[in-house]
Amino acid sequence: MQYMVSVVDDKTNSATPDEMTAINAFNDRVKAEGHWVFAGGLNSPATATVIDNRGGDALFTDGPFVETKEYLAGFWVFEAPDLDVALKLAAEGSKACNRRVEVRPFL
Amino acid sequence: MNVADVQEAITQAHREEWARVVATMAKRFGDLDIAEEAAAEAFATAVERWPADGVPPNPGAWLTTTAGRKAIDRIRRESRRDDKQKEAQMLYDDDPPEPLGAIDDERLRLVFTCCHPALAMESRVALTLRMVGGLTVAEIARAFLVQESAMGQRITRAKAKIKGARIPYRVPSAEDLPARVSGVLAVLFLVFNEGYLATGSDTDPVRHDLTAEAIRLTRLIRALIPRDGEVAGLLALMLLIEARRAARVSPSGELITLDEQDRAAWDATLVAEGHRLVRERLAAGEAPGRYQILAAINAVHTSARDARDTDWSQVVALYDQLVRLDPSPIVALNRAVAVAELDGPEVALAAVDRLADKLADYHAYHATRADLLRRLGRGEQSRAAYDRAIELAGNTAEIASLTRRRDHL
Repeated sequence: MQYMVSVVDDKTNSATPDEMTAINAFNDRVKAEGHWVFAGGLNSPATATVIDNRGGDALFTDGPFVETKEYLAGFWVFEAPDLDVALKLAAEGSKACNRRVEVRPFL
Repeated sequence: MNVADVQEAITQAHREEWARVVATMAKRFGDLDIAEEAAAEAFATAVERWPADGVPPNPGAWLTTTAGRKAIDRIRRESRRDDKQKEAQMLYDDDPPEPLGAIDDERLRLVFTCCHPALAMESRVALTLRMVGGLTVAEIARAFLVQESAMGQRITRAKAKIKGARIPYRVPSAEDLPARVSGVLAVLFLVFNEGYLATGSDTDPVRHDLTAEAIRLTRLIRALIPRDGEVAGLLALMLLIEARRAARVSPSGELITLDEQDRAAWDATLVAEGHRLVRERLAAGEAPGRYQILAAINAVHTSARDARDTDWSQVVALYDQLVRLDPSPIVALNRAVAVAELDGPEVALAAVDRLADKLADYHAYHATRADLLRRLGRGEQSRAAYDRAIELAGNTAEIASLTRRRDHL
């Protein structure tokens, strides 16, 4: 089972050097324990483009699909047998990156 | 066997076997929805068949077998158990739980699943009352004053999250157990409190159905985790509060405070059981948790034959211990009430006034201040505080009691 752990922030690429060290150490452990699938940080919502090609005539709109003060600043995808394991990983991730995170299971 | 005896047998089986049937089905089919429906159908079949066929010699086994058949019927009927759905099955951890003094009872897995911290508190309460307590959705909806459809949705959503997010069906590891048990106890205490001090202008001030259900479920948890001090503490606390039920509300529907209660009306059996549990915990010699301390405070109150005989220094000492565990303003407020008896209302009022910022919207803060101001002869300020307390209180009996005290100023 895979879980996406979203990092909530109101700034982009805002991790301090200490936080980066903690995140890297956490990532190494996640890999060693076999939970790692993917992770990445995202550029700011200002760099987003919304595309609507439902009508076959692609329409491009500058900006994110919804403007919010806080947004998805990065994410992990973990492999975990159940929510308890995913919650533990997410809790450690939240501590490492010093941000709030949200856990959602993949379908 | 006459109709009444069969009816009684069904009620008893429901009380004693419901949670076990649901839990056994959940283990077997890995799906809470199927488990719940199969259990409900098995009991409906019993209502239909037992009057004619007689009560089976082992009702629990009969119900489990019947529920199993109902579940298989449903799965066949739906016959859409493709791989995707199998994948979505609730995770069942087959490892036996670690030796924690806990019995490996299926019901325990069920309780921990229903009270999982990833579910909203109101969902945990609803799910626990439905799956473990066996209350109908309509009964739970009535208990919490929401529409039946809304309560049904709440339970459906919780079950969908358990399935979709794979909340596991197991007893937590030794490391997580204390926190998870405390989560279960919080659910039970909330159910109890809603019964003990029901909110809403149309409800009875004390909802005995809820307090009784909370006590019954706490007894079950105690049977399953007999060595946990906080479980014993919560049970003792509930029993010692429940014991005073008959004396707590006057015939005219007014809340009677502890010092004015007719102590002869207390239930001596419940008091004795509560005291026995508190003594058992004292003898265990372990540092007590929050519920054990609260139970001990209630034990001191219920040991006094007359309110004037209350050992207030003991009560304050216990509150001091509680403040160290839980430095919340509400605990500080309750401590101040005891301090008033030990050191006088002036000292207590000073302590209460320090809580003004944090408790300005809490009716008990204003009620406590009002009483202290009254005792200090500051009538006008007291009246204003009663007014504010009445405005904020939600319990009809409490409002009646506050109004009387205000009008006697």
